[in-house]
Amino acid sequence: MGLLSDPNRRRALISLLTRLNAPICVVCYMAGVAWFMGLAFEPFTLRTYMSENAMGSTMVEERFPAGERALTTGREFAAHKKKAGGMPVDWLVKTMQSHGLEVFTQRFSRTLPFPDENKERYMVKGTNVYGILRAPRASRTEALVLSAPCTPGDNNNQAVGLLLGLAQYFRSQVFWAKDIIFLVNEHDLIGMQAWLEGYHHTNTTGMDWSPLQGRGGSIQAALSLELSSDVITSLDLVLEGLNGQLPNLDLVNLFYAFCQKIGVLCTTQGKLQRNDWDSVSGYSHAVQTMMLMVMKQASGRSWGDHGLFLRYHIEAATIKGINSFRPYKTDITTIGRLMEGMYRKLNNLLERLHQSYFFYLMPSLSHFVSIGYYMPAFGLLAVILLLRALDLWVQLTAPPPRTEDGVVDPEQMSSPGVLSVLTPLVISHLTGVALYTLPIRFQEMAVEHFPVSETEAVVLTAIAVYTAGLALPHNTNRLLSGGGTEQGWKVLKLVAVLYLAVLLGCTALINFSLGFILAITLVPVAAFVTPHVPKFLSAFVMIILSPACTLLFSVFFFQELQEMPISFLDGWMLYLSVISQGILDHCLYGSLVYPLIALLVYPCWLIFWNILFWK
Amino acid sequence: FDVSQSYKSHLRNCVNSGIRGSYQYSVVVSSPCFSFDCVVSSHSYLLNPFTILSCVAKSTCGLNNAVLSLFILSTVKGNVLLSAIFLSLATYQSIYPLTLCASALLYLMQRQYIPVNFRRASFWWFIVQYAFMYLGSLFVIVCLSFFLLGSWDFLPSVYGFILSVPDLTPNIGLFWYFFAEMFEHFRLFFLCVFQINVFFYTIPLSIKLKEHPVFLIFMQLAVISIFKSYPTVGDIALYMAFLPVWSHLHRFLRNIFLVCCVLLTCSALFPVLWHLWIYAGSANSNFYYAITLLFNVAQILLVSDYFYAFLRREHHLCYGLYLKRKDGSEATLVLK
Repeated sequence: MGLLSDPNRRRALISLLTRLNAPICVVCYMAGVAWFMGLAFEPFTLRTYMSENAMGSTMVEERFPAGERALTTGREFAAHKKKAGGMPVDWLVKTMQSHGLEVFTQRFSRTLPFPDENKERYMVKGTNVYGILRAPRASRTEALVLSAPCTPGDNNNQAVGLLLGLAQYFRSQVFWAKDIIFLVNEHDLIGMQAWLEGYHHTNTTGMDWSPLQGRGGSIQAALSLELSSDVITSLDLVLEGLNGQLPNLDLVNLFYAFCQKIGVLCTTQGKLQRNDWDSVSGYSHAVQTMMLMVMKQASGRSWGDHGLFLRYHIEAATIKGINSFRPYKTDITTIGRLMEGMYRKLNNLLERLHQSYFFYLMPSLSHFVSIGYYMPAFGLLAVILLLRALDLWVQLTAPPPRTEDGVVDPEQMSSPGVLSVLTPLVISHLTGVALYTLPIRFQEMAVEHFPVSETEAVVLTAIAVYTAGLALPHNTNRLLSGGGTEQGWKVLKLVAVLYLAVLLGCTALINFSLGFILAITLVPVAAFVTPHVPKFLSAFVMIILSPACTLLFSVFFFQELQEMPISFLDGWMLYLSVISQGILDHCLYGSLVYPLIALLVYPCWLIFWNILFWK
Repeated sequence: FDVSQSYKSHLRNCVNSGIRGSYQYSVVVSSPCFSFDCVVSSHSYLLNPFTILSCVAKSTCGLNNAVLSLFILSTVKGNVLLSAIFLSLATYQSIYPLTLCASALLYLMQRQYIPVNFRRASFWWFIVQYAFMYLGSLFVIVCLSFFLLGSWDFLPSVYGFILSVPDLTPNIGLFWYFFAEMFEHFRLFFLCVFQINVFFYTIPLSIKLKEHPVFLIFMQLAVISIFKSYPTVGDIALYMAFLPVWSHLHRFLRNIFLVCCVLLTCSALFPVLWHLWIYAGSANSNFYYAITLLFNVAQILLVSDYFYAFLRREHHLCYGLYLKRKDGSEATLVLK
């Protein structure tokens, strides 16, 4: 504790930090960004390995034979789906019962706060159908779930067919130790949310559902299948769940191990792994894969039906079959064998998957970066904020110049400073509350007065409130008694910088990608904004780096990464739909990105905007 | 509010009688600060987020804090009987305020001009009086509880629970993690060590701070809130409410920035890591206990910083504000 009690060393260190504050901040920022980009470089990553002993040792021979029958069942399902105009509940119940499962249904209904234009739904009513395969010998305390979504049109018929084929095959085997639940959910995530809430007796999102009549014990793992073609060329694994939560890495390892064993091409983010990591194009390929994962995780939405399981501590992933233009095709029987192998391995689990990492980034399916390697990138950005705070503190508590008597004026101006800080804080947070509550509340009024649809009304109200907040500093300065002082903005900036540091730290712990992206854009703003920098240039830079513009650029960047670049107008429409999807995700599934940005990040940014225009 | 006001007037009287030279001007508490500090003190309790949190949780911590505040008020006003009664009430609720006996005795003896000398009869006579009042009221309250309940079962359930720590639900204290991972064989030993830790600091603190019993009360309260077996944020709110009373020590504090940052960060990280551990399942108890440790270390640093500032101010009152070595160059004060 020499540093904390030895005054000479303290003074030396503090004077060093305040003298070199700006250079150290710039160096830390570059180092943080460089560290993050270096994460995709293959020698800095680790190969994935199976950590759970229970899943490693058994040799499994998969013998699923009935691929063709699965395809036929899929075509029947498609026909009945078209006839019923939705989920063919009776046909599914009858088929599952004939395969020997215990079948139950669940009705659910939900009125969305405003119409969802992407999926064209507003008042949603549906039914989930699920069949439970009881474990022949063991007691019924644990379960595994295999689910396939029932989507309108021609999608996912083969997935449901394979699900039913696997159900029939599994029924004839005697070694299952856990119950297997085969679930076909309607209206993808809404149905899945209703099922999970019914299964776990929770009701966090205000949905109406009928209680579940049958259960299988606590669910250990779940897989969701999406197959829309009779043959595939590769299997894609989707990991990102709600609020950026990821399943245990062991599930990924399991999938990768089985793809290697059976000989199926496997991808993540739709990109196939490359072997030439030392070339520039190989490295950029890995960076693109990793950035796609970061973008998807940061959005906080669930990118497959599996995403909602993660909240209940159930490891889940979505397996998508992709049919592209490669010559080598894999048929349904092989996929069935892969699923059989995976479920037999999961059957051997003694406890929930917990041995491997929960926080990781994947530049490719066989390499990963764990939290211990990627957190320093964020830490370097957070250090900038702490250095700035230290600098401001030292400036604020520097002793006033002494007169020749040695009599010092004891009036330190800390107490008026704290009170004047409160006004901008309260006003910024009230604006944040307005951004959170007004769009949905006033959509009817907006629709009356303007010729827009409800969804557009909500989104445009959000943008309007956001832009209105920019005009605040000119008004709050009139409210402040006697205007601000030099001390005043320093105290405000100290509070704001510490607030941003704590906020970004907590966000990065829960959802690293969101925390990092916010840090990259907000930390330079926070570190260098003062009332004395050139106003127009810094105002422009601040708006470019504000959360809304970051989202706009991310939309374009995401499209570029997926090699589907779009024009500006399409990008703008996509941006508006992203905002509406974010608000819907929050209302329907409890995603935290929208409240975080509206209630915490936006007020913090507004406080810095206030400091820029401090008089 | 009353407590801080009466303490401030007491302090002013003490300091005015000890003024020496013009160096003291900057160190002496100036009058206009008094009433503002008392208002700040009452506001810092009422508006403290920790107090609001403990009210939202409907904890009885508010009642504990009220009884302790009444005890401090009656001690500072010099009322021996009331002080003993409130202290016995506080001890009745949880055993730890027992350590405040020493500080109450020191204050009351100072007020009645009884010298703290083991050889004087008046010293022992006052101790006997106070102990009689304190133990008597404690006995009366315990017997009242017996008559109310009809059996002595409440003694092991209340005091036995506090001392033997059977329930290991995670909280912001230091006990739960240790006792969760400990073997049964060593449990009694570690239990004794942890409980003695709370009571032990009375002796050295009383010896050092025997002329400043109100600061001793503050230190004891802080030590109790940090080291007790089931601390809550309401206990922390109580001793933090007294910090504005010592606002004249602010210029001598060394680590206040670091401590405030760590306390704020830990308070924000507590719910995040709890969520990650219990609900998301991605973290485990180590993450949560790390934050608990950091929080308690920050509290200890805060308390020891105030202690340092207090002692340093006393030193400056005796030896002047700007220290010079024998050859006239400026000296720095180092705590060894």
